[in-house]
Amino acid sequence: MDTVNIVMIVIIFAVLVYYWKKDRIDNRSKIEKSIEYMLILSAVLSIAVLSILEQSILFYTSKFFDTHSMWYFFTGTQWSADALNGAKFGAVPLFLGTMVVALIAMIVAVPIGVMSAIYLSEFATARKREIYKPTLEILSGIPTVVYGFFAAVTIAPVVVAFSNTLGIEASHSNALSSGVVMGIMIIPIITSLSDDVIGAVPNHYRNTALSLGLTQAEMIRFVVLPAASHGIIAAVLLGVSRALGETMIVLMAAGMRPNMSLNPLEDMATITVTIVDAFSGDHDVTSDETLSAFALGFALFVFTLMLNTVSIFFIRRFQKRYQYSNL
Amino acid sequence: MNNRIKASVRDLNLWYDEGAKQILYSIDMDIYAHQVTALIGASGCGKSSLLRCFNRMNELINGCKVRGEIVVDGKNIYDKDVSEVAVRTKIGMVFQKPNPFPKSIYDNIAHAPKIHGRVKRGLMCDKLVEESLRRVSLWEDVKEKLKEMGTSLSGGEQQRLCIARAIALKPDILLMDEPTSALDPISTQHIEEAIVELKKSYTIIMVTHNLQQAKRIADRVAFFHKGDLIEYNTSHEIFTHPQDKRTQEFIKDKYNQNG
Amino acid sequence: MKKRRRRLPTKHPFEIRQLKSRSVKSYLFKWLSILTIFFALSFLFIFVSNVLYRGVSAFNQTYIQVPVDITQYAVTTNPRVAIQRDHRKLVSRAWVRNLPQMVKETPTLLNTREEMWILADDEVDQYIKGKSNKLTSKDRAIIDKLKAQNKIDLRFNIIFFTQGDSKMPEYAGFLSAIKGTVMTVFVTMMVSFPIGVMTAIYLEEFAQDSRVTQIIEININNLASVPPILFGLLGLAVFINVIGVPRSSALVGGLTLGLMTLPIIIVSTRTALRSVPNAIREAGFALGLNKFQMVWGNVLPLAMPGIMTGSIISLAHAIGETSPLLLIGMITFIPDSPSLVTDATTVMSAQIYTWASMPQGAYIERTSAAILILLGVMVILNMIAIMIRSRFSKRYNYE
Ligand SMILES: Nc1ncnc2c1ncn2[C@@H]1O[C@H](COP(=O)(O)OP(=O)(O)O)[C@@H](O)[C@H]1O
Ligand SMILES: [Mg+2]
Repeated sequence: MDTVNIVMIVIIFAVLVYYWKKDRIDNRSKIEKSIEYMLILSAVLSIAVLSILEQSILFYTSKFFDTHSMWYFFTGTQWSADALNGAKFGAVPLFLGTMVVALIAMIVAVPIGVMSAIYLSEFATARKREIYKPTLEILSGIPTVVYGFFAAVTIAPVVVAFSNTLGIEASHSNALSSGVVMGIMIIPIITSLSDDVIGAVPNHYRNTALSLGLTQAEMIRFVVLPAASHGIIAAVLLGVSRALGETMIVLMAAGMRPNMSLNPLEDMATITVTIVDAFSGDHDVTSDETLSAFALGFALFVFTLMLNTVSIFFIRRFQKRYQYSNL
Repeated sequence: MNNRIKASVRDLNLWYDEGAKQILYSIDMDIYAHQVTALIGASGCGKSSLLRCFNRMNELINGCKVRGEIVVDGKNIYDKDVSEVAVRTKIGMVFQKPNPFPKSIYDNIAHAPKIHGRVKRGLMCDKLVEESLRRVSLWEDVKEKLKEMGTSLSGGEQQRLCIARAIALKPDILLMDEPTSALDPISTQHIEEAIVELKKSYTIIMVTHNLQQAKRIADRVAFFHKGDLIEYNTSHEIFTHPQDKRTQEFIKDKYNQNG
Repeated sequence: MKKRRRRLPTKHPFEIRQLKSRSVKSYLFKWLSILTIFFALSFLFIFVSNVLYRGVSAFNQTYIQVPVDITQYAVTTNPRVAIQRDHRKLVSRAWVRNLPQMVKETPTLLNTREEMWILADDEVDQYIKGKSNKLTSKDRAIIDKLKAQNKIDLRFNIIFFTQGDSKMPEYAGFLSAIKGTVMTVFVTMMVSFPIGVMTAIYLEEFAQDSRVTQIIEININNLASVPPILFGLLGLAVFINVIGVPRSSALVGGLTLGLMTLPIIIVSTRTALRSVPNAIREAGFALGLNKFQMVWGNVLPLAMPGIMTGSIISLAHAIGETSPLLLIGMITFIPDSPSLVTDATTVMSAQIYTWASMPQGAYIERTSAAILILLGVMVILNMIAIMIRSRFSKRYNYE
């Protein structure tokens, strides 16, 4: 972590020196100089945020791994912060819970999101598209705490009642209801970006495909979607990254119990929920439990950063192919 | 010379912008089988619009209205019981700019026949791809790299690939809209050779802005002026004894320009 | 034989194999996509109607008219005895608790014995509204009787808009959360607006090295993808532990959300700056303006509507965000309205979360009402953004 900090400081220093020297050559008014300094300062600050975030989480994470095995953290199957009975920090059940919820969310969001995008960009008239797209985007503007409430109060009882009539045991807090509601929240993220990339597929592909006697559906399936595939993959990855980091919905509807299970009708804790849980009791930052939350946070940070990087990579490939740069 | 009529246009009118702008006025013309028919005329006179009527591509343009008949093999393609998908399968099109799909060379050709259920994957399909590529004399150049992207070829090769893609469906008529206008002279020559070869099996209608090209490869030439068909005759007649004054002027101008 | 032949469809050259089934498939595909988007849009409808259905009743509150005996003993030692034993469970304990204060303010009340309209207990309220409640059948009978005597009334729930949180649901209000949100997002905008806009101006108008800007772009893109909850860890580690900003305060919440919304403002400001035609800049230079004068006088005014739109959207984000605030203590029970940015504060979204985890039905109702208010704020903010945007495009046409 020190090297990153040093690099940051060196960069800031170099930039300042560069401008200081330049100023002595240019003969400009003091106000202009100070404005430019302020602009540079804010730019440096903005760039520093990500690094500060990483540093602060990494600092406590390394403290955590000073006293706990990293191997067990990534492979252990028991998570219990209860210090009295011997705390255990094996994060696999949390990773599993996160994955199960995210998977359910994507099962809901990907087909609906992509199909809606196909409708918007291929079938809807310009007027309908102008109405439907912003309306759908309202869904992603609704605060997540509202989704959480909806999942816990409206969807969960339905899920429980339904599975009971089928004779299946379901916990009131369950991964299914939070996953489904999270999926609804992610639909517009996928639709919006997919619609953009499908719309960016050049029209001559459509004309050519139709001139070869393909029906409209065949044209979409065999020409348009493959051409837009990189962009759609990027959209889905962004959705996944959103699902992994989502907190409120799971907190309110999926429960807080680390659970080594794949059954979506059981309650299960995710990474994010466990982070919140760690801070709900004592406020001592140096306790094992809070330190473990930082370790979880770091894992989450790495996962989402990776997803985002891959997603950008796919978008870049899409852009390169069609010289499309409005994304 | 073969004089069988393959298609005839009957009193064809075309409007854009919901009927606000008439582009073609009562066109009547016969297209002969196994000939190359060239449509010439000043830019904006409606050649491409007429060409798009032959495979009903105009239906994709909002506000475009077509009245009249195009009878192909005794059937009006605008009849209610004719599907535009079938029309486009039977009447292929090559566009002005080379536009291979972002797929492999092989898939560019094999894709549509597979969807139409003409071939399955395997030997039949390989044969079809080879045959189509041979007809545009591209086979020898690309047989080693069928898995490479169609877009990796040069412009002229791409356009030949597009022709191969269109003829892989074994259409009755092949429409070409200024197929060489985006290409260099060498590539143009390759395409022209291919067209002369192809007319043995297909009827070809092409738009061209290049009168020498029309003279070289067309059997018949139709001259359009502001949406009217002014003169339609064999290539020889049009270029040696143009009847209408406008045709004479156009040909003189063009020749001077190009020469 | 003849008959059969006539039934056959007329053959023509444009009949191709399998066309019918392919056309049907294409048609079905189109309808599937239409159904899908309506399905997706219906979620919005379900949401809003569900919250409305649960929340609208919270805007009315039950009051109950019962005899009150204000004795000296009741005021000084045990206010409960002012209410008859039968009614004790039916009136709000909040009212009972406030009795001494009331008498202090209007001393004439002392030693009176009359019927008064009193805030009802939350269970009574739920019963009157026809929702599930924990009242015994005996209590219900009493209420039914009171109701028959017109001694029960539903009035506009002014408490909800004038009070802070309370352990008694009938006395719990949203005001301190609203105030807390205003203070928090004020801090947020003070942080993210200037820094974000200045960063964007620097990157778009001044920075020259394209490789540096590309790295910065990736950096900001990554920042935008960081899950909000991690900003809570940042706020805790840096603002609270290192800098020593008070926990649960609007200041720490605002700073944390400020960093979170920074990328949104940077990206939208850059887009706005980029959409200003280059001709404007060239014209500025042609007039002999230097870069600062040109940016300040020519480019920024044109980009301003876009910048404002982006800032309003980021404001809406900040108002709706909850998870980072949970880590910096903004879910603690805070009945009083904050007056300083360093006071312990709760915000609307955090208040919704706390109420949603309460077991009583009255809290569920209040949660829904609070959500309605939160969504209302979102709608207003977005409408302002849309208005600015449409005015912007109009202005652009004159160019
Ligand atoms: N989609 C369209 N909508 C409206 N007008 C069009 C459209 N396409 C072409 N036109 C107009 O129709 C006329 C003929 O166009 P076109 O057939 O492309 O001419 P040519 O191919 O002979 O150059 C032109 O004036 C053109 O502006
Ligand atoms: Mg044309």
